[in-house]
Amino acid sequence: MTIWDTFLWVVLPYAALVLFVAGHVWRYRHDQFGWTSRSTQLLEGRWLAWGSNLFHYGALAAIAGHVLGILVPNWLTSAVGISEFTYHFISAIPGSIAGVVCVAGLVILIVRRAAFVRVRRTTDAVDVAVYTLLAIVIGLGIGETLAVNAFGPGYDYRSTVAIWFRGLFWLHPEPQLMAGAPLVYQLHAASAWALYALWPFSRLVHVWSLPWQYLGRPYILYRSRYAAARR
Amino acid sequence: MRLRAQVGMVMNLDKCIGCHTCSVTCKQVWTNRPGTEYVWFNNVETKPGLGYPRRWEDNQRWRGGWELDRRGRLRLKAGGQIRKLIGIFWNPDLPTIDDYYEPWTYDYETLIEAPLSERDPVARPRSQLTGRETSVRWGPNWDDDLAGAPETASEDPVLRGIEDRVKLAYEQAFMFYLPRICEHCLNPSCVASCPSGAIYKREEDGIVLVDQDKCRGWRFCVSGCPYKKVYFNHRTGKAEKCTLCYPRIEAGLPTICSETCVGRIRYLGLVLYDADRVLEAASTPDPRDLLDAQLGLFVDPDDPEVRCQARRDGIPDDWIDFARRSPVHALAIRYRVALPLHPEYRTLPMVWYVPPLSPVVNALEQDGYEADPDDVFPAIERLRIPIEYLANLLAAGDADRIRFVLRRLATMRAFMRKQQVLGVREERLATEVGMDADELEDLYRLLAIARYEDRYVIPQAHTELAQRLAELPGTCGLDFEGGPGSCGAIPRPAATLNQRFMLTERPERRFPGARPLPVRNRPAEEHP
Ligand code: HEM
Ligand code: SF4
Ligand code: SF4
Repeated sequence: MTIWDTFLWVVLPYAALVLFVAGHVWRYRHDQFGWTSRSTQLLEGRWLAWGSNLFHYGALAAIAGHVLGILVPNWLTSAVGISEFTYHFISAIPGSIAGVVCVAGLVILIVRRAAFVRVRRTTDAVDVAVYTLLAIVIGLGIGETLAVNAFGPGYDYRSTVAIWFRGLFWLHPEPQLMAGAPLVYQLHAASAWALYALWPFSRLVHVWSLPWQYLGRPYILYRSRYAAARR
Repeated sequence: MRLRAQVGMVMNLDKCIGCHTCSVTCKQVWTNRPGTEYVWFNNVETKPGLGYPRRWEDNQRWRGGWELDRRGRLRLKAGGQIRKLIGIFWNPDLPTIDDYYEPWTYDYETLIEAPLSERDPVARPRSQLTGRETSVRWGPNWDDDLAGAPETASEDPVLRGIEDRVKLAYEQAFMFYLPRICEHCLNPSCVASCPSGAIYKREEDGIVLVDQDKCRGWRFCVSGCPYKKVYFNHRTGKAEKCTLCYPRIEAGLPTICSETCVGRIRYLGLVLYDADRVLEAASTPDPRDLLDAQLGLFVDPDDPEVRCQARRDGIPDDWIDFARRSPVHALAIRYRVALPLHPEYRTLPMVWYVPPLSPVVNALEQDGYEADPDDVFPAIERLRIPIEYLANLLAAGDADRIRFVLRRLATMRAFMRKQQVLGVREERLATEVGMDADELEDLYRLLAIARYEDRYVIPQAHTELAQRLAELPGTCGLDFEGGPGSCGAIPRPAATLNQRFMLTERPERRFPGARPLPVRNRPAEEHP
């Protein structure tokens, strides 16, 4: 345990979380106009069809996997009757598929952004940072899944990384758990915190706007000209 | 019954000279910003032609507007709510910029900075998307005046079914101009397509607006509008559309396109309609009956009972008076000479068109002699093209409807000619088309004299209502004891059915997502 470990596994996560929460509050209150997916489908559609669908479905599946693997503790999965073997099976096979799909999508999206001048011109510095971090985080993540767990020696991150992660939220950080994790896991976690810190200031805010209310809504909306005066 | 007021527009196509002034002035006011270079809230198309965006009328491709499912229920052509959420990462029905055109400017610098030389310097076109040199291959009105029509016009979707009979050779062609803005539909599919609930129809005047703060850029409204009148700002990542110049309308002034119209073809005025029966009308089984169903929604503001109901529904008294004098009510509803564009899209559009007689007259003059005005009548009966074309455009294919209107227009001309040249007032002419002489004169006053005051009959918005509403949070503002709203509309079956489809109450009560955002230092509705 060095100062360096404390910084990476305590200070960085909390700093990122503060930025994440405060950044979203600030952005939501002050920049509704900038809150959008910044779609570029108008400028290019064919590559996007593959890139966007693969990336998003892959990413959402991977996120679901993280919830299962990191947020849900061991005892809970065993309590509902999922054995260690079954868990490993679930995380290795569908996890690998999700990862590969997501990476394929991301590669298409990045190539598209670089190759089509129309799209490239809409890319700003924050976009570049987002793509870089996404590529690092996702690349390391698929590395863990494929090289370590599916085909490699395996690593029981659920009794180290996961506990450290949950501990952060109990305000009971245990950096020593991370200090002993393999390097890919360390890099994956650290770069993910960087991504979270950037999140509220990037186009990634669109993720929170998944318009599920649409499902139960009447089709035609009216609004009074005086709606604003009502409050 | 629940009456609402709607600002509608009529355009008299015979008088459009295709000058594009409306487009240019509109663009200068609304869309001369980065991200909207390619956007024309108002555009003028030559028909037959491909239009803007190219082949926008091909809704088998773009799947805009509504259709009936097998059980006769109205649904979005592009699929319902689940379908949209599944497809949110990529919209299969979205036109790309090349379907509009690649916006360009010219490299004017070289004109100024080129060194002295034998040849004049040339300003080359530059793409406004890439900043690079480009060669211009299509534009917002590329096929203006049938330019290139022999090659392209045969792909005009409106020609479907009559293409084999239409001659596009120069000598035999017919053409007319079609200026287009957002239709501010009674049943807007753009509103229904927006998953965020950012697009709404205004209760007071029916104007359809995009709340720029609530739009999240899911871009389903762009494809959902069958008229392709919602545009995606590729800079801001938000949808934008024609606002019917609402700040001007609120002040009782005509829209920019109307104000500057050189041909004086445009009319603006109120109509009153029964909002509870909109769904029923839009679900009319046979597309050819849609026009009558829509006409059936409008009520006559001269009827005292209607006036009482309007007052009960919170429409201010002076607005009811404006509705009585409305040129839109007169042309579209009383005289029935204006028709909605593509009623078969089932959005119940509110920009109506007086079909042009000129293609018929032109067809007569093709053989080289000047048409005798009275020859027009047999031609209206006999000519199939261009009447069928107009029918596909304005009457869901019902050619008799077009003939009915053209006969009225031709009769008005014949009647006035006789009256002014020969001094005879031939009542008979009027009765033949189901009108009387006074009505024909009124029609003439509206269409031919077309004074500014007669064309634009627009009430001012009631800003004092806002004050009262603010004092009475949670009410419609008019339903205080003894107030005009206190009698309350009695729910009827049609109304209940309709309400599941349309949010007719205050949105924030029924659907938290539709809550209007607080206004900060700029207006909540539109462009920052
Ligand atoms: C939860 C639901 C989500 C929805 C509804 C959603 C929706 C969208 C939409 C509509 C676009 C625009 C595509 C276009 O150009 O037309 C987009 C782009 C994007 N989304 Fe999402 N997204 C979601 C989740 C995510 C997640 C979890 C991530 C990453 C962690 C993500 C990352 C991105 C990125 C990087 C782009 C830009 C793609 C590009 O243009 O190159 N999204 N998203
Ligand atoms: S014409 Fe206007 S109101 Fe009608 S669907 Fe299109 S954008 Fe919406
Ligand atoms: S300004 Fe008037 S006459 Fe000129 S193109 Fe527009 S609508 Fe037609």
